[in-house]
Amino acid sequence: MTKPSHIRNFAIVAHIDHGKSTLADRMIEFCGGLEKREMKEQVLDSMDIERERGITIKAQTVRLSYTAKNGEDCILNLMDTPGHVDFAYEVSRSLAACEGSILLVDASQGVEAQTLANAYQSIDADHEMVVVLNKIDLPAAEPERIRAQIEDVVGIDASDAIPISAKTGEGVVDVLEALIERLPAPGGDADAPLRAMLVDSWYDPYLGVVILVRVRDGVIKKGMKMRMVAAGTSHPVERVGIFKPKPDQIDQLGPGEIGFVTAGIKEVAETQVGDTLTDDSRPTTDPLPGFRPSVPVVFCGLFAVDANDFEELRESLVRLRLNDSSFQFEPESSPALGYGFRCGFLGLLHLEIIQERLEREFNLNLITTAPSVVYRIALNTGPEYELHNPVDYPDPTQIKRIEEPWIRATVMVPDEYLGSVLKLCEDRRGIQLDLTYAGNRAVVVYRLPLNEVVFDFYDRLKSVSRGYASFDYHIDGYEEGDLVKMSILVNGDTVDALSLVVHRGRAESRGRAICERLKELIPRHMFKIPLQAAIGGKVIARQTISAMRKDVLAKCYGGDLSRKRKLLDKQKKGKKKMRTFGKVAIPQEAFIAVLKLGHE
Amino acid sequence: MPSATVPTPSGNLSKTASADSRGDQSARGFGLYVHWPFCVSKCPYCDFNSHVRDTVDEDRWCAALVESVRDAASVETEAKILSSIFFGGGTPSLMAPETVASILNAAERHFGFAPDIEITLEANPNSVEAEKFQDYREAGINRLSLGVQALNDEALAFLGRAHSAKEALNAIETAQKIFARSSFDLIYARPGQTLNAWGSELGKALNLANGRHLSLYQLTIERGTRFFEAVNRGDFQVADEDLGADLYDLTQNMCAAAGLPAYEISNHAGPDDASRHNLTYWRYGEYVGVGPGAHGRRREAGEVFATAEVRSPERWLAQIEQDGNGLAEKTRVSRAAQIEEILMMGLRLSDGIRAADFVELTNMTLENAFAAETIAHLTEQNLLALDDAGMRATPSGRLVLNSLIASVAEAMTPNEAP
Repeated sequence: MTKPSHIRNFAIVAHIDHGKSTLADRMIEFCGGLEKREMKEQVLDSMDIERERGITIKAQTVRLSYTAKNGEDCILNLMDTPGHVDFAYEVSRSLAACEGSILLVDASQGVEAQTLANAYQSIDADHEMVVVLNKIDLPAAEPERIRAQIEDVVGIDASDAIPISAKTGEGVVDVLEALIERLPAPGGDADAPLRAMLVDSWYDPYLGVVILVRVRDGVIKKGMKMRMVAAGTSHPVERVGIFKPKPDQIDQLGPGEIGFVTAGIKEVAETQVGDTLTDDSRPTTDPLPGFRPSVPVVFCGLFAVDANDFEELRESLVRLRLNDSSFQFEPESSPALGYGFRCGFLGLLHLEIIQERLEREFNLNLITTAPSVVYRIALNTGPEYELHNPVDYPDPTQIKRIEEPWIRATVMVPDEYLGSVLKLCEDRRGIQLDLTYAGNRAVVVYRLPLNEVVFDFYDRLKSVSRGYASFDYHIDGYEEGDLVKMSILVNGDTVDALSLVVHRGRAESRGRAICERLKELIPRHMFKIPLQAAIGGKVIARQTISAMRKDVLAKCYGGDLSRKRKLLDKQKKGKKKMRTFGKVAIPQEAFIAVLKLGHE
Repeated sequence: MPSATVPTPSGNLSKTASADSRGDQSARGFGLYVHWPFCVSKCPYCDFNSHVRDTVDEDRWCAALVESVRDAASVETEAKILSSIFFGGGTPSLMAPETVASILNAAERHFGFAPDIEITLEANPNSVEAEKFQDYREAGINRLSLGVQALNDEALAFLGRAHSAKEALNAIETAQKIFARSSFDLIYARPGQTLNAWGSELGKALNLANGRHLSLYQLTIERGTRFFEAVNRGDFQVADEDLGADLYDLTQNMCAAAGLPAYEISNHAGPDDASRHNLTYWRYGEYVGVGPGAHGRRREAGEVFATAEVRSPERWLAQIEQDGNGLAEKTRVSRAAQIEEILMMGLRLSDGIRAADFVELTNMTLENAFAAETIAHLTEQNLLALDDAGMRATPSGRLVLNSLIASVAEAMTPNEAP
């Protein structure tokens, strides 16, 4: 057990690509956590998808042993927080496990939306901040200008900002020293009843569920029986350890320490981020504040393209959930798509990650139905309830009130694209809350209905700003809306997987856009196919896919049938990637692509 | 070779007897395809198994093809007599008439000929080869198919053909004088070819065809050809789908009006002038393929086998000289695959798949073989017809035949027949 006075717990707050993982790598290397030959790029991002996308999904931690210039042996716990807006709550818990943050800013790019949003979260968590300007080895670096920008935009003192290059290692020692000098040591009472925060958890096939904890008071040790307050369950502690970054078992963790615990727990779902661990025989009466169960905000249906893969899909979801309790699923059946699952996610990125993992790791071909937010519906009779699936939309005459979730979005964008961004937000029913400038960058804050955002907002934002806009959001309550259910009919049949709830004022343009997009995506058939968007019985937009005119092999290769066989096999293979509705084969990408309309 | 399997030469009474035992094959014919893989030059659109060689040892090739015919006949456990023979290529009119005669002789000796056997040879319409037409007739050829491809010199040059339009006209005339049955091929939908231009070319062709037979193929760009590279470079474009469809419609209408209706997607003939050999393919009859890359469909003991000969001419020749056969593969065709092949071939014909043929080939009726709902939908869309005579694509169905075949094949019912 290390004395709290010799411990510093910190997170790194940064915009994506500003070098967070590289700085972490450099610190691990410097403190001798790994041999040089063991280092690979971005040690902390262990999943392929994380490494490829540069996104951290799980919080991770590394204990660094550092002998400060004053000769004291210190422990630095680096908390690597999940790096995306979809995981805002998880980020807040990781930050709550630390006393300070490094605010890492690219010295040429400057402050971005995520920098700002995450910095505010650190400030909210009462963090002491160490400002670090990265990438000073680049010719385009302007540390002085960016230092001023940080003071101006973030509103914190950056006079002692540390210029570094995480790539070359220059300045990394200064950062380690600053952490010791400037960050407060954690407090805590080793003799008080145990209070430890569950920072994150994941499933390990050998150890069961591994829990990442930050001890506030008391001591957690091997053999004791621990209790999880919110979950209400108790387990004997099997292992206690730390990550250096390789796991290393120790006897106990005391106040201020961060490490891991295993207790023979089988399901990640039992271990909720933010829960308090306490001693079962001497429980605390004062659990840690800030816990809330994770609540999915975006729902969609997942169906196997090949109906025979249903069982495999179920097993794959069960296995994925072992390690990610923030997504939910329950069986769903659709007249058109057969049996599948209604799944809930923390956000669109989370949805895409799960979908990609199912396809990549479990080799499944999936149809994803239109993502939908959670609506609150009050009928003329009966209690208010939540609607997760547009298919279940009630008879409109029975609806007294329908509410939709709104978000508070922060967009940072260079001045020249501001006009397009404002137009986009206005088109999406946005309400402007704030517009300020940081140099030539505008910081725009909007309230937006979430259902306008799940619908290709992020893609459009990137497109209208040529990739320069950055975006961050958090959920900001529910409001009543003038919403209707829009159905899409293909060849006269409603395709429920394409149904969606839209604002009445946006229905016609969106219906038109969807029909146009479907016209591009559905291949021509031997007959013409009408496409319609309708509200109730009223058609509000239509398109027609004309019949194919000519599709026949001209030549005759004598008795050689291999051309014809190849063609038929290709056709069969193509059909496997489509779902047939009535007589029309719809490619799987159509279901998600209609949401990414591109050109409106 | 067991003597019991060797059909006796033509004229012998025992063969007439065996003709009665041909069973179900009589309706669909039994054909022999002979592949001559050599050309004087390779045409830029051609992806057939054809090769240019400085010299060809014709005696060796003749012996090898004769041996191949003998070998093909040796697998027969029952006597079957040939209803047609087709010499294709390559350019089979580069063969000496004596070579053709030797192969026919072997075919007659080892298989036997039906009295009305059709024996076709593909020929180039140039003056040198036209001089040999009479000799081919004497060797046993009774039908000639000329690769004319176009009726103007500019188009012939584009297609890389070695003959002139005038030579082609002469060759057609000569062929019609010498052979009671003949045909010629044209390639249309050439780059830049308008509906009008094709209409007038086709009008000329219909006059020349004299009520006999025409094969009219739309130009397609195949991988591995010079045209494929040219199109990729952007040298020219092929007709788009709409123009292709318009050209096809015009072709159907003009040919029908001239008494040469389509009996298959690309083939048009007057009464009794359809190619019997090709009908055997399309009706899923049995056929033997000899020569490099030739394919066959053989029936043995109730099973269907797909055969393919070694594709490379030199390797084929070496193998047959060493092993006595040129076979590269022989695979059993599953029942489901047979039904697909019946569809792929049969629906190309205007008459479609004859009901009786289907029952004989599969022991199932057409009505039972495919989901009624799909058939009804395709019928409703005026793409397919199914009645007592059989199942066929309508004129509009034939234009989208690839998709139609895929739809019908997908509707195949689970096989319950024995």
